[in-house]
Amino acid sequence: MKQNPISFQLKLNPEDFLPATEEEKQSQVVMRESISFWKDGMRRLVRNKVAMVSIVVIIVVMLFSFVVPAFYPYSYKEQMKGANNLAPMEYSEEEQARIEAGEKVFPHIFGTDKMGRDYAIRVMMGSRISLVVGLIATGIILIIGSAYGSIAAFFGGRVDLIMMRIVDIIYTVPDILLIVLLSFALNAPLENLKNAPGFAWVGVVGKNLISIFIVFALLYWVGMARMVRSQVLMLKESEYVTAARALGVGNGKIIKKHLLTNCIGTLIVTTTLQIPSSIFTESFLSFLGMGVAVPLPSLGSLASDAINGMNTYPYLLFIPALLISLIILSFNLLGDGLRDAFDPKLKN
Amino acid sequence: MSEYLVDIKNERLSFFTPAGEVKALNDVSIQLKEGEVLGIVGESGSGKSVTAYSLMGLTAHPGKLLGGSLIFNGHQIDQMSEKEMRKIRGNEISIIFQDPMTSLNPVYTIGNQIMEAVLFHTDKNRAQARERARELLELVGINEPDKRLKQYPHELSGGMRQRVMIAIALACEPKLLIADEPTTALDVTIQAQILELMMSLKERLGMAIIMITHDLGVVASMCERIAVMYAGKVVEYGTAEDIFYNPRHQYTKGLIRSIPRIDTREHERLVPIEGTPVDMLNPPKGCPFAPRCEACMKICLREMPPVTSFGEVHYTQCWLNQKEEMEKGAANE
Amino acid sequence: MLKYIAKRIGLAIVTIWAVATITFFLMNMVPGGPFLSEKAISPQATAALEAKYGLDKPLPQQYITYMWDALHGDFGDSLKQRGRTVMDIIKMKFPVSARVGGLSVLVALLIGIPLGSIAALKRGKFLDSLISVVATCGIAVPSFVICTLLLYFLGVKLRLLPTIGLSSWKNYVMPVLALSFYPTAYIMRLMRSSMLDVLGQDYMRTAKAKGVSGILILFKHALRNAILPVVTYVGPMLAYTVTGSFVVEKIFTIPGLGGEFITAISGRDYTLIMGTTIFLATLIIVMNVIVDIVYKIVDPRIKLK
Repeated sequence: MKQNPISFQLKLNPEDFLPATEEEKQSQVVMRESISFWKDGMRRLVRNKVAMVSIVVIIVVMLFSFVVPAFYPYSYKEQMKGANNLAPMEYSEEEQARIEAGEKVFPHIFGTDKMGRDYAIRVMMGSRISLVVGLIATGIILIIGSAYGSIAAFFGGRVDLIMMRIVDIIYTVPDILLIVLLSFALNAPLENLKNAPGFAWVGVVGKNLISIFIVFALLYWVGMARMVRSQVLMLKESEYVTAARALGVGNGKIIKKHLLTNCIGTLIVTTTLQIPSSIFTESFLSFLGMGVAVPLPSLGSLASDAINGMNTYPYLLFIPALLISLIILSFNLLGDGLRDAFDPKLKN
Repeated sequence: MSEYLVDIKNERLSFFTPAGEVKALNDVSIQLKEGEVLGIVGESGSGKSVTAYSLMGLTAHPGKLLGGSLIFNGHQIDQMSEKEMRKIRGNEISIIFQDPMTSLNPVYTIGNQIMEAVLFHTDKNRAQARERARELLELVGINEPDKRLKQYPHELSGGMRQRVMIAIALACEPKLLIADEPTTALDVTIQAQILELMMSLKERLGMAIIMITHDLGVVASMCERIAVMYAGKVVEYGTAEDIFYNPRHQYTKGLIRSIPRIDTREHERLVPIEGTPVDMLNPPKGCPFAPRCEACMKICLREMPPVTSFGEVHYTQCWLNQKEEMEKGAANE
Repeated sequence: MLKYIAKRIGLAIVTIWAVATITFFLMNMVPGGPFLSEKAISPQATAALEAKYGLDKPLPQQYITYMWDALHGDFGDSLKQRGRTVMDIIKMKFPVSARVGGLSVLVALLIGIPLGSIAALKRGKFLDSLISVVATCGIAVPSFVICTLLLYFLGVKLRLLPTIGLSSWKNYVMPVLALSFYPTAYIMRLMRSSMLDVLGQDYMRTAKAKGVSGILILFKHALRNAILPVVTYVGPMLAYTVTGSFVVEKIFTIPGLGGEFITAISGRDYTLIMGTTIFLATLIIVMNVIVDIVYKIVDPRIKLK
C-alpha cells in the first residue's frame, strides 16, 4: 500500500545519482556564526529600543545636570530682587526694563521660586545632586558589598556563617527608621569635623550628603553582598569550573575566563538597578527635610518646598517630581535591558 | 473506523518563532494498532516529542498544525475542540514525561495529584478516588502506598516519581500510553526497572504504547514497530526486525552502527555519525540528512526523496533506496 | 519546624536588641538636649528636669535602666508632651497608621495579584503591555510624587476628596492609594514574572495532559505556585508601608505614628524616638518572622528542621 511508483513529475537524469562531492555537501550546511558572550549581549542591548531610549534620556539628563549649569546665566543660589514667584518665561519688572533698554535677558524657563531664584538652574542642580548621590552611593555599595560577599564565599565555613548572620540582621533592620535617625545623629559630629583642620572639604560637599553616604555604606550593601556571595559560591561549585580545573587551567585564567564573565553580567545589572533605588532613598530623605542642606537643592527638597504653594504654583512641584520619576524610570528600564541582554538566567 | 488505533497521515506542523518558521514536522505518517508498542527514535529536535504531543493536542505555544489528519481511536483529533480533547486526555491517551523531577506539582501531595485525574474523568467520589490512587500506587510497585499518598514530590526519589507519573497516566486505564523518554533522566539501574514495569503493565492492561527515545537499545527490547525520525521526517519505518536486521536508510544504518554490541570483537570501534544535526531554521533544500550522508548523491542535495516501500510495513525516504529499487525494477523488466 | 521557628525568633530578638542599642546611642549623639530650646527655663530647672528623667547619669547607666524598663514594656514618659507616656502616644497614634497601612497592603494584594496574573496569561498581548508599562512606571515614581499628584488633582483641582484629616472614609482614599501604589506595581511585576515561570513548568504540562480544565489548572496548579514569591514580599511590603507612612502622613496631615516620629526627631524627644523606633522595628521584624514561617508552611519543598 505504500507502493510509490515513480510517477512523480521530476525529470531525473542519470548524473543526478552520481555521488556528491564533499564541497557540495558542505555548501548545504548552514552554520550560524558563533559570537562571544559580550558581543551577543551588546547586540541584544542595542536591539532593545526601550533600553536605548533610556540611555539617551540618562545622557540628556546628565548633560543638563553637569554641563549646562556651567554656561547658564543664573546661579542656583542667586536671589534676584523683585523676581519672586515668576511664572515660566515671565520677567521681573527690572528685567523688563532692561529688555526695553535693548539688553538681552535670558528667560526664566521654569520661572523663579519664592526667594527669587531661577528655577530651571535649581532643577538642574537638583538633578545633579540626585545623580551624584545615586552614583556615589552605588559605588560605595558595590565596593563594600562585593568585597564582603566574596570574602564570605571565599573563606566559607564558620567565617561565612557569622558574616551572613550579620547580613541577616542588617537586612531585617527597618532601614528608613535608621537612616532618618543616622542622618540626624551624624549632623553634629560632621559639623565638628568640618571645623577641624584638614577637613574643610566636608563643608564643601555638605554634611548631609556625607551622612547619606555613610548611611548607605552602613546599611545598603547587604543586598549586594548576598548577591555576590551566592554568585561566587555557585561558580565555585559549578561543574565547568571543576572541569576547567581538572584540565589543569590555572587559577588566574579560571577567575578571568569563568568567574568574571559569569559574575560581571549579574554585577552590572544589580549595580544599575541599585542606582535608582539610591536616588529614590535620597529624594525620600530630602523630601522629609533630611537630605542636602540649603541652599543646595535636590529634586526631593525642591518638591518638598513646592508643596505649600501647590495651589498657585503647581509647576514648581511637578517639574522636580516628574524629573525624578523620569530618572528612576530610565535607570530601571536600562537595568532591565541589561539584564535581558547579559544575564538571561536572571530573567523571571 | 480505521483499523488502526492511531493513524497519523501526512502531518505538517511548524513553530512560528520570532527568528522564523521552524518546520518541526514535515509529512509525518505513523500507524499503530491496539496493544502494539511503537518506538520513535531520533536525536533531539527530530520531532519525535512534537508528534506525540500533537496527538494529545498539547502542541506548545508558537506551534501550529498546518496539515494532515490525526485519528485516534476513531476521533479526528485535528478537528476537535479543546473541550472535547480534555475528555480524551488523561482518559484515553496518557503521557509520561521525560523529567519526573519537574513534572509533578511541588505543592500538592502525590495522592492529590493522582486523584485529580481520577476525579476528573470518572464519577468516583473522593474516598473512592483515594482508594483508586492507592491501588494505582500498588500497581506501579510503590511500597507503603498509604504513606506515599500523603507525601510531597520532593520527598520521593526520581525513580519513585516516575512510577507516580505512570500511576497518574494509568489512572483511567488509557488505550494509549505515550512515554516521552521516560528513562532519560533516571539512573541506569532504575531505567531497566521502569521499562520492565511499563512492559508488564502493558501485558496486564493491554494498552498500546508509543515509546519516544533516542536510545535504540530501549526500542529493540520493547517495540514491535519503529519509526526513525530525522529533522521532522520519518526517514525509515518498519517492524523491529526490519529496522535492526534490514536497515535501508543510511541514517538508520549509522544509528545501528553506533550502538555498542555485546558480540563485537575486541578493538572494533563504534562508528559515530559524522557532522551535526541540521539547523531547523534553515533546513537544506533536499534530503535533510544529505550533508552527513556517506552515500550522498547530487540529487539528494536538491530534491526531497520520495517514499520507497519494501513491503507491507517497511518504508524509507531515501534517494539511494529509490535508485536501487528503480534499478531492480529495470533489471526485472 | 520548632527548631526553625526558635532560630528565627532568636535572630529577631538579636536584631531588635541591636536596633534598640544603635538607636539609643545614635540619639545621644544628636546635639542639644530636649530642654535647650525652652529658653525660659533656668539652668537649675534644666538640671532638675534632667535629673528627673535620669539624663544626668552616665550614658551606660542610662542605657541599662532604659533597656530594663523597655523590656517590661515601659518606654518612659515623653520628654516633650508632658504628662504622657510614650506608650500612651503609641497606643493613640498607631491604630491610625495601622488602618491606613493595613488597607494599603490589602489593596496592593487585591489589585497586584490578579493584574499580574492576567498580564502573564495574556503575554505579548495589548493588556500585558498595558499592565507592564503601568507597573514599570509605578515602581519608578517615589511615594511623595504620587501623594502630591493625587493631592493636587483629586483634592485641590477637582475637589473630589478631602485633603486633611481622617474624618470619613473618603479621607482614606488618597493616603491608601498613595501608600499602596508602589507595592501594587511591585506585586504586579513579581506576579507576572512568577506566573510566566510557572506556566512554563513541566507540571503544568502534566496537569494539562491529565485533561484537567483550564480554570482548574489556573487556580489549582498555577496560582498556588506563582503566589509563593508574593508571600515572601509581604514582609518587605509591610516595612515599606510602615516607613512610607512618614511621607504620606506628613502630606495628608494624618495623626499617625509616622508623623509623630518625625516630630519627635526634630524635637529631640529622646524617649519618644526610642519608643517609636523600637516599636516599629519590632513590628516589622515580627511580621517578617511570621511571613517567613508562613512561607515555609505554604511551600512544602522547604524542609523544616
